[in-house]
This record gives sequence, structure tokens and C-alpha cells, in this order.
Amino acid sequence: MSETATALLSVKGLEAWYGESHILHGVDFDVREGEVLTLLGRNGAGKTTTLKSIMGIVSRRRGSVRLEGNELIARSSDQIARAGIAFCPEERGIFASLNVEENLLLPPQVRPGGLSLDQIYDLFPNLKERLGSSQGTKLSGGEQQMLAIGRILRTGARLLLLDEPTEGLAPVIIKQIGQTIRTLKAQGFTILLVEQNFRFAATVADRYCVMEHGKIVERFANSELDANMGKLHEYLGV
Amino acid sequence: MFEIFGVPSQALFGQLLLGLINGSFYALLSLGLAVIFGMLNIINFAHGAQYMLGAFTAFFLLQYLGWNYWVSLLVVPIIVGIVGIIIERLFLQWLYKLDHLYGLLLTFGLALVIEGVFRNYFGSSGLPYRVPDQLAGGRNLGFMYLPNYRGWVIAFSLVVCLATWFLIERTKLGAYLRAATENPTLVRAFGINVPRMITLTYGFGVGLAGLAGVMAAPIYNVSPQMGSNLIIIVFAVVVIGGMGSIMGAIVTGFALGLIEGLTKVFFPEASNTAIFVIMAIVLIIRPAGLFGRTA
Repeated sequence: MSETATALLSVKGLEAWYGESHILHGVDFDVREGEVLTLLGRNGAGKTTTLKSIMGIVSRRRGSVRLEGNELIARSSDQIARAGIAFCPEERGIFASLNVEENLLLPPQVRPGGLSLDQIYDLFPNLKERLGSSQGTKLSGGEQQMLAIGRILRTGARLLLLDEPTEGLAPVIIKQIGQTIRTLKAQGFTILLVEQNFRFAATVADRYCVMEHGKIVERFANSELDANMGKLHEYLGV
Repeated sequence: MFEIFGVPSQALFGQLLLGLINGSFYALLSLGLAVIFGMLNIINFAHGAQYMLGAFTAFFLLQYLGWNYWVSLLVVPIIVGIVGIIIERLFLQWLYKLDHLYGLLLTFGLALVIEGVFRNYFGSSGLPYRVPDQLAGGRNLGFMYLPNYRGWVIAFSLVVCLATWFLIERTKLGAYLRAATENPTLVRAFGINVPRMITLTYGFGVGLAGLAGVMAAPIYNVSPQMGSNLIIIVFAVVVIGGMGSIMGAIVTGFALGLIEGLTKVFFPEASNTAIFVIMAIVLIIRPAGLFGRTA
């Protein structure tokens, strides 16, 4: 079976602009059902813009974004979310005017099959303990990240876009997030992950796409990682 | 009859009642303004004109269709709310990414146009609207005489204000509104149609102004100036309560009505300026308002 035939998400020739700045210059990749695909690249390579363009948050964009064969490029971000893609932003997006429970219950269910609250509490036991907290933004960075991931698991979307979920977190929390991503993959979720923390990405990814200057410049499977270490060091500057 | 601080109880409580009635309208109108500012970031200067539109719509419904006060109480907020939705779709939706000043100028211009059209056709003297039969008369409470209709206005305003607070602070829809006020882009990326929510919120806020207009019609004359006379005080209420704060608008609206009433009893010369003096003091001590969140 070809890559495209099994792709849940297919991105072709994706271009995006912020005002007059041309950020993405024809991004192409597929995400297969049930895999974790990681976008790697330096700051400013276009990783976050790629996620935002898929999600419809960047309004000036062109190319093709297909989910299960359905074209999404002309749709608004609320329609894209309802098509079955959930987005966890880099800055976590916890709302200060909502308490922890309201933050958790905020995204509506767009499809059947989302995780129940008990399943989410099993993944993130800390969240259950902090439900009574007054403000979501009063949680620690790690708890806010768990809340940000936990709330999109209720929606029923099977494709998760995670933008740098480990940024600024302590190693013990990063380990917990990694375990969560592996559990979600085992439960059948498909994940498109943006990461700068290459060591973390290596523990969860099935495949990698490396971005530079708004394009995919390299792609390889996790099994080919060792063979590509030299190139990776060059691209990422690590 | 007894005296309090040398003032006959009938006079004191009479003024307090007047203050509470004014406070009811301050609260209802500032609540609508707070909802609109909180969600749309628009300083809706047309709010007074929309309140006047509510009173006139109730007058027209009675005059031409024979629909009484109770029907108007249900229908007018919907009609005026729809007018608000049309205004939002035609004009306001293009201003959200611009400075506040553009929204303020547009709504100020709209207020002048709406008021001017009504003054042209109906003059400035005002039109009478009867108190509904069920609420005619009043009752002697011993220490004061309470007209039934005015008691109803206070009670119903309080119920509407608290229901609105509950809707915004305690329901899922309210959580969407509060979240969209903070980060509309992310809320939209969760699958919520934020533009539609903004339109409906504006319609709701304007509908509240229309409702206040219906309630005011039997108390004040239905006149084109009735909104512009009130709107400056209502803006002071919103500023004192905290721009965008729902509870701030409600508490400050009723409290300032009472303070205004008390000022009329003890220092009548200052009754027109008391609210603005309070506003100045609050702005010095707490620039974000009594219930506002500091950035």
C-alpha cells in the first residue's frame, strides 16, 4: 500500500504568509493513521506555522490539506476542528478567566469516541487533584501542559497536533508527557508533533520530517535515525 | 411617620426608591455595555439610542398592533436584538482589528442618526405609555408609599441582571464567551464558531438595552432623547464597575442609583455630579475599576 493511500492527513504544496512575509514555501508530507510524525527544525523554520496553517489559524495560505481525503484548505479553523483535528498550542492556551474544570471541558466534542473524564484522569492523575483550583493559569507549567493535552482528548478528534509540548518543563514532567504520547499512540491516536527537543522526540516518534526555511528538507523513519544523525546535527545545530 | 437624620422617612425612602429605579436602568444598560465590551472590545455608544428604540418599539406595538406591555417585554428585546445583529454584520464586524476609537466613533455616529430620525418624526416632547393595568396603583408600606410598577421594575431588573450573570459566569456558553474574550483564535480552533458567537453577543447586549427601554416606557416619556440623557451616566457606571465586568456593572449600577438618591436628600446640589466624582476617585485609586481585572 502506498504512503498516500494510508495517510490520515496529507499536506501538499502548503504555502503560508504572515502579512507580506512568505513563511511556508510548499510543504509536503503525509501522516499515516496511528503514527507519531515529528516535525524538527530550528527556530523560525516554519514548524509552528505549518501546524497553524493545517488548523486554519493562518488565514493566508494555499496548497492542499486533506484529512481522510477531504480537502480542508478553504475551511475556517472551527470547521477544521469539527472535521476531526485537535490542536494543542505552543503556549498551552490555558484561559485565565476559566477555572481548571472549565478549561478541561471547554472544547466541544466534535466526534464520538473521545476519552471520558476518567480516562483523562488516569492519564493525568494530577489534573483530578487540581480540579478545585480557581484559575487554570495558577497551575504549574507541567500541570498546564497536561490540562492543554487533556482537554483535546475529550473532543473525539483522532489527529492531534502538539506544538512543543515539552517546552520549559522539568525532565520528570517531560518523561510523563512522553509516556502519555506513547499511551495515546497505543490507543490509536495519530499525532503530528512539533519539537525542538530532539532527545524527547526520539522516544516517541515513528518518523521525522526536518524543516528549514519553510520547506521539508529531510525525512526519515525512526529506524534510520542513527544513519541520519550527522545531517540532523547540521540542520538543528545540536 | 418618623425621621432619620432629620429627614422624614417618606422623603428619604422615596428618594431611595427613585435611586433604586434609576439604579435598575443603570445596571441593565451597563450590563449590556459590559457584555459587548468584554466580547467585542467595542465601546457601544449607540446603547442609549438602542434603549430608546426599545421604548419606541413598545409604543408602536401598542399603538398599531394593540400588543400590550407584557407582549412587548418578550418581543421588543428580540426585535431590537435583531437590529443590533444587522448593525454588527453591516458595520461593526469590519472594526474588530482596528483601534477602539473606530468602534466608538461609528456607534456614536449611529446614535446621532437614530436619535435624529426619531426626533424628526416624533419631536422632542415625548409620548405617553400607560402602566399595565395589573401593576397600576401602589401600596403603603408604613414608612413609604411604593408604586407597584416601580417595585416590579426593580425586582425584574434584578432577576434579569442575575440571570445574565449566571449565564456568563456559570454555564458552558458563558465559558465559551469568557474564553473567546481572552483568545478568540484558539477558541475557534477548538471548533466553536466565534464570529457567530460575537454577532449573537452583540444582539444579546442590544436586546438588553431594548428590554430596559420597554421597562422605562411607562415611567419616563417615550422620547428620542431618553437614551442620550442616560448614556453618559451609564458609561460612568461601567468605568467604575470595571470595563467588561458583569458583576461590576450590576453592583455598581444599583449602588450608584442608591448613592444618587441619597445625595438628592442630603446634598441635592451635588446629585448630578456625585457619580462623576466617584468615577474620578475610583480611577485614581483603581484604574481598572472596582471589579475590573488589572492587565
